[in-house]
Amino acid sequence: MSCDYTRTALHGYLDGELDATRSAEFERHLEGCRECTASLGAEESLRASLQRGGLYEKAPVALRKKIRADLDAATSSSAGTRIPAWRWLAVAAAFLIAASVSWFAWPRVQNSVDSSPFTAAELIDAHVRSLQPGHLTDVASTDQHTVKPWFDGKLAFVPPVKDFADEGFPLVGGRLDVLGGQTVAALVYSRHKHVINVFVLPTKQPDTPIHTPGLRQGYQWRHWRRQGMEYCAISDVSDSDLYELAQLIYQ
Amino acid sequence: MSGSDQGKGSDVLDVQDRVRFEQLVLPHLDAAFNLARWLLKSRADSEDVAQEAMLRAYRFFRGFHGGDARAWLLQIVRNTCYTWLEKNRPVELMTEFDEELHPQPSASPEALAIAGDNRERLTRALETLPPRFREVLVLRELEGCSYKEIASITAIPIGTVMSALARARQRLQRALVPPSPQEASREL
Repeated sequence: MSCDYTRTALHGYLDGELDATRSAEFERHLEGCRECTASLGAEESLRASLQRGGLYEKAPVALRKKIRADLDAATSSSAGTRIPAWRWLAVAAAFLIAASVSWFAWPRVQNSVDSSPFTAAELIDAHVRSLQPGHLTDVASTDQHTVKPWFDGKLAFVPPVKDFADEGFPLVGGRLDVLGGQTVAALVYSRHKHVINVFVLPTKQPDTPIHTPGLRQGYQWRHWRRQGMEYCAISDVSDSDLYELAQLIYQ
Repeated sequence: MSGSDQGKGSDVLDVQDRVRFEQLVLPHLDAAFNLARWLLKSRADSEDVAQEAMLRAYRFFRGFHGGDARAWLLQIVRNTCYTWLEKNRPVELMTEFDEELHPQPSASPEALAIAGDNRERLTRALETLPPRFREVLVLRELEGCSYKEIASITAIPIGTVMSALARARQRLQRALVPPSPQEASREL
């Protein structure tokens, strides 16, 4: 009952924490010490019970959600300007894609399978241009019945125009713009004083769902095709807002 | 809280911090919750404390200069748990950690295996141990921490981790398979 090894070194041996010399020394000791042999057997049995006993308790999903909300709050309130984390993930993803194709080339807004007829750079330029004084709208009206006929005769197609003021996206007006060398319709919506441009042009491609957001220079966009029209909504509002508007138009 | 995990606590955190935190620290949330659950013996309290600890870790994140993120987080979780225990259940912390290790015959592996097969019995036995014994066992056997990690999480010198585990295991054996009356009287 008084083997010193039982009390300490045995545990280091059991845990694989003894250095090679001490480990060999303990093994030699073990050959002649019944007490340590019995103890080691008992400890191994105990360890097996602990490890297979289903004792590990994982964090509940609700806790994970609460923590993410905490982190959101801690990031926004202290940083002043709130930029959601996904944006940075999107930036990282965009960089990876860009790097894999060509570091300096502007990739198309979507990948080659269903690429849009304009680049991200052209899209952002058009959006930024629209924000300059006097460039936002050619026809300023919150009335869809004013905006829609205005496009008549100016384009070879008629863009669907709808006001979503009730849903929090009031129509501001419309204008003609040039995107990727084509004349396109631009519908302007506002969201909490932010401007959202929705570019519309005809396409022969089949419908696509609303794509995952693209992001560059702090602007994000959503692209989709629906009933012979190609849409791209771009803004500096949050992506959830942008997606909400995209869904309203998509319906 | 000990100074080492505080760093420069009042830094303003930006989105890059957030992304790094998500990559390095958040994956260890299960470890954080599990440690809290075994220290506090209650899932509900552990949720609150793990949440608080995680937010604390985030606030001190600029003080984390790489290395073992799990150990860094668990250190904060442990400190938060002890602060909570001091406030809510001070009696539990009154057991002396450095109590003598009494020479004691091991229970038979067979008896231990039978007792250990019963999850409830095992849980109860673990929960009867003082927190400082319980935590080294949880860190070692459930979390798979090395002695070095255990030392940094529990703030005990690395040289004493082995003997702390030896004591904890002896206590657990005794709780799981109580010594027979004859053995008990011989101990006295």
